Parts: sequence; C-alpha cells; structure tokens
Amino acid sequence: MQLLQQLINGIAQGCIYGLIALGFVLIYKATETVSFVQGELMMLGAFLGLILMTVVGFPYWLAVPSTLLAMVAFGVLIERIAVRPILGEPAFSIVMLTLGIGYVARGAIMMIPGLGTDFQALPVPYRDQTVEIGGLMIGAERLVAVAVTVILCLLLFLMFRFTRIGIAMQAASQSQLAAYYMGIPVRQLNGLVWGMAAGVAAVAGLLLAPIVLIDSNMGFIGLKAFPAAVVGGMTSLPGAVLGGVIIGVIESLAGYTMPEGFKDVAAYVVVLIMLMVRPNGLFGGQFRKKV
Amino acid sequence: MSEPLLKLSNLESAYGRVKAIRGVSLQVTPGMIVAVLGSNGAGKSTILKTISGVVEPQRGKIEFQSHDITHMDPAKIVRYGISHVPEGRDVFPLLSVRDNLLMGAYTRQDRGAVARDLETVYGYFPILNERRTQSAQLLSGGQQQMLAIARAMMAAPSLILLDEPSLGLSPKLTIDIFEIVVRVNRERGTTILLVEQNANVALNVADHGYVLENGRIVADDSCERLREKDDIKEFYLGLGDTGIRGERRWKKKKTWR
Repeated sequence: MQLLQQLINGIAQGCIYGLIALGFVLIYKATETVSFVQGELMMLGAFLGLILMTVVGFPYWLAVPSTLLAMVAFGVLIERIAVRPILGEPAFSIVMLTLGIGYVARGAIMMIPGLGTDFQALPVPYRDQTVEIGGLMIGAERLVAVAVTVILCLLLFLMFRFTRIGIAMQAASQSQLAAYYMGIPVRQLNGLVWGMAAGVAAVAGLLLAPIVLIDSNMGFIGLKAFPAAVVGGMTSLPGAVLGGVIIGVIESLAGYTMPEGFKDVAAYVVVLIMLMVRPNGLFGGQFRKKV
Repeated sequence: MSEPLLKLSNLESAYGRVKAIRGVSLQVTPGMIVAVLGSNGAGKSTILKTISGVVEPQRGKIEFQSHDITHMDPAKIVRYGISHVPEGRDVFPLLSVRDNLLMGAYTRQDRGAVARDLETVYGYFPILNERRTQSAQLLSGGQQQMLAIARAMMAAPSLILLDEPSLGLSPKLTIDIFEIVVRVNRERGTTILLVEQNANVALNVADHGYVLENGRIVADDSCERLREKDDIKEFYLGLGDTGIRGERRWKKKKTWR
C-alpha cells in the first residue's frame, strides 16, 4: 500500500518534470538549441501567480490565466530580444545566454522584499484536501498535477496534429529551409514556440507550488527535467512527458526503498544508464536530420 | 516579346566571401519554360535561392511582374506568386503527403480554392493521392520529387523555380517528371524557371536557355539554337565529333571564351 502511495506521488512529481521537459523539447525541436532557462521560467510562473493572488488580490481562477498569458508573452519577448539575434552562433552561446537569463531571473526575484527570500505557499483552493481512492489517501494537488498534465498533453497533441499552425511548426522543425520556401513565417513561429515553452513551464510552476513551497531556488528542478528530456529522446514531446514520469517514479521509489541520498541522484543514474543503453532516448532517432 | 514576368539585372550573391553569382541578368517570359544550364558550382541554385529571398543579393535587382522584389521576405515572395521546388526535394519527412501539400498552400487563405487545387494536383500525380496518409519519408525518390513539385503547385504560383528535378533519378523517371512539368506549363500556363545539369533533357523541354559558368552567363539563346551550337554539343551534350586527326578535344576552345 505504501508502495502504491509512493508510486502515485512519483507520477505526480514526474508530470511536473515532464512539463518542464516539454519546454526543453519544444525549443530544441524548433531551433536546435537547448534552453536552460526552463526551470527559472517555472519559478517565475509560480511567483507571478503568487504575487497576483496575494499582493494584487486576484482570485485563483483569474490569477492562473493571467499568469499564463504574461509568461507566454515573456517567452516570446525572450526569443525576440535575446535569442533571435544570436541564432546561428555556436550552440554554446545560447546555452550560456539562457543560463544567464536564469541567473538574472533568480536574482531579480530575490530582490523583492519580503517575498523573494522566503518560502511561500500558493493559496490554491484545493490546498490540503485529500481524495480517498480504494483506501489510498491522495493529495488533491497531486491529482490536479496529473490531470492538468494529461489535458495539456492532449491539447498540444491536437494542436500539432490538426491545426495549420501546429503542422507548420512541425514542418519548420523538420526542414527550416523548405519551410521558408513555402512562405511559412519560421521566425515568428519560433517566437511562438518560446512562448509555448514558457507557458508550459508556468503551468508546471503553478502545479508544483501547492506541493512544495515557492522559493527563488525552485527553478533548480529544471536540472532534473533536463534528464527527463534526454531519456525521452530530446526530440519527442510524448517522450519528454514519459521521461519525466519515469524519472519521477524512480526517484520516488528510490527514496522509499533505498538509503538516504539515493533519491537525489536517481534521476542522473537513470540518464547515465539511458545514455549507455539507448543514446537516442526512448523516442529519439526515428529519423536523422540530414546535414 | 511581351513584358517579362521575371527580370534579373546584374544580380550578385555570395556565401561569405565566396562569390557564387557575379552579375547575372536574365529574363523569363510568361508561359515559357526557361532553363539555366551549368556544371557543379556554377551558381545555378544560388540564382534560384536569391530569387526566392533565402539568399540576400549583394548587388542587382529582381523584378517580378514589374514589382521590385529584391531583399523581400521569402514569405512575401511566395505570396507574390513565386514558388520554389528545392534541390534534393527537401520534403517534410515526418509529415503526411497531404500535410506536405497543405504546407505548400500555407500562404493562402481561401480554403475552397486550396481544396480544389489539392484535387488538381492529385490529378497530375495520382500516386500522391494513393499515398496521401503516409509520411513523406516513406516515398521513393521519384515520388518525393513529385511531392516537392506538387507542393510548390499548391501555392498557386505564376512562376515555379525548379531546382535540379532530375537529381538522383533514373533516366526513365526523369523523363516522366519532365513530362508532367511540361503538362503543368502548357495546361495551367505556369511559367517555369528550371535549373539543370542534365542539359540534354533540359534543352529538349525548355523554350529558352541560359548557360552559366563560374557565376556568369556565357550563352543565351532559344533552346533549338543552343542544341545546335558546337560548344554546347561538346561540353554539355557530350556529342563532340572528333574527326581523324581533327582538333583534339582538350585543345578546342569554347567560342564564348
């Protein structure tokens, strides 16, 4: 019973990893660059939600959409003013750039008096509620995390599969040059992809906030989401979510069955094994890009 | 000769410091098939890339239907009616055949017209209709070339830039594809600017030809006359006649040099 409980906790935690990993993968597929700012975007999303609810006084149902909207806009802005000018430079520059943006974001949050240096709780309406399923007591915040992840993935799937803009994003990531020839506005779509990645990270932040407390260092969870993206193959959206869940579950079970400390390294052990056994990840390498 | 559909004047493009085309001027008359011949690295593809706005020209002017389209955004050039069939097909490998075609019509808003054009295109390439739900990477090379041409047709262009359609195809398939290209040209009145290494096929299909060497145009004539020129015969068609004790091949000068 206890094991099942741990499993469910792991899945919920994994969903958060998966959502952040989705951001990594979205950006990697669109621009072939790795953005290390995803964790901080999640932190910013959580803080923005917190500020809107506690300082501005928005109700929860208003705070969530406004946070998402603001974070999407922020993502588009980052792409436009910081990333686009250095596209085409070595990939390392963009890694450094995104790390830098992450540091700035963390520093900026810490400077907010009273809020930034403290651990805060996001006053969500479902806080401290539990649901009993077959004798298991499950925290509502974990159920919400799983449910929202599933819905979000479904929406993303429908978008990429059936809408014109979604198919165009796929096309642009498969062959950027051909996309230009078709008149697809590749640059604007890349901006939109950044917006989506930031939005998804903000969702992750809002989902994680009730489970742990909000603080300016919560963005370091991004370092566990990156292994999730790698396990999933770095180019596969379902792979990212599945990778996140795998890492979440293994981490949770490691914490339950193994000595203290194993929990924290479990994610990296998984990645190392994955890189040795299947370097392309679970879903990576269905097709290799021609150079 | 009527007003040209496309007019390049003194176009120069470079990749970094390497000049690829050095002052190319050419004209494309509406309704014609115009071929640009040349060997590897002559700058043929660069001309097309410069026209469609993917490569920025350093100098010169591109006019399309009397509009100046130099330095214009590629998406806007597509809306003006120029559609590019890239070298080496470059279809979207993981998208279905149908989605590939719909991406060709990305700049168009009128859904009804796009649906009608989809049917027309399937009419020209029935195999694409049969395989419309499969992903494009599963098509054979020839089918991918057909898809690339069909995709360009979906933009309802008045000018198609066709980059080396015979690349990697069997002679039989090359002829099949060129037959369809000619049909599209005759039946839909789509003007075609064709770039080819396979001079034999290109000269038989096209109305007018330009010969490009080292980024410069060295000959410009109707294809019938180009076919009869000795140096074209020798250097591009491989029909050089060396009589007994005649001039030896390597000594013979090209007349344009």
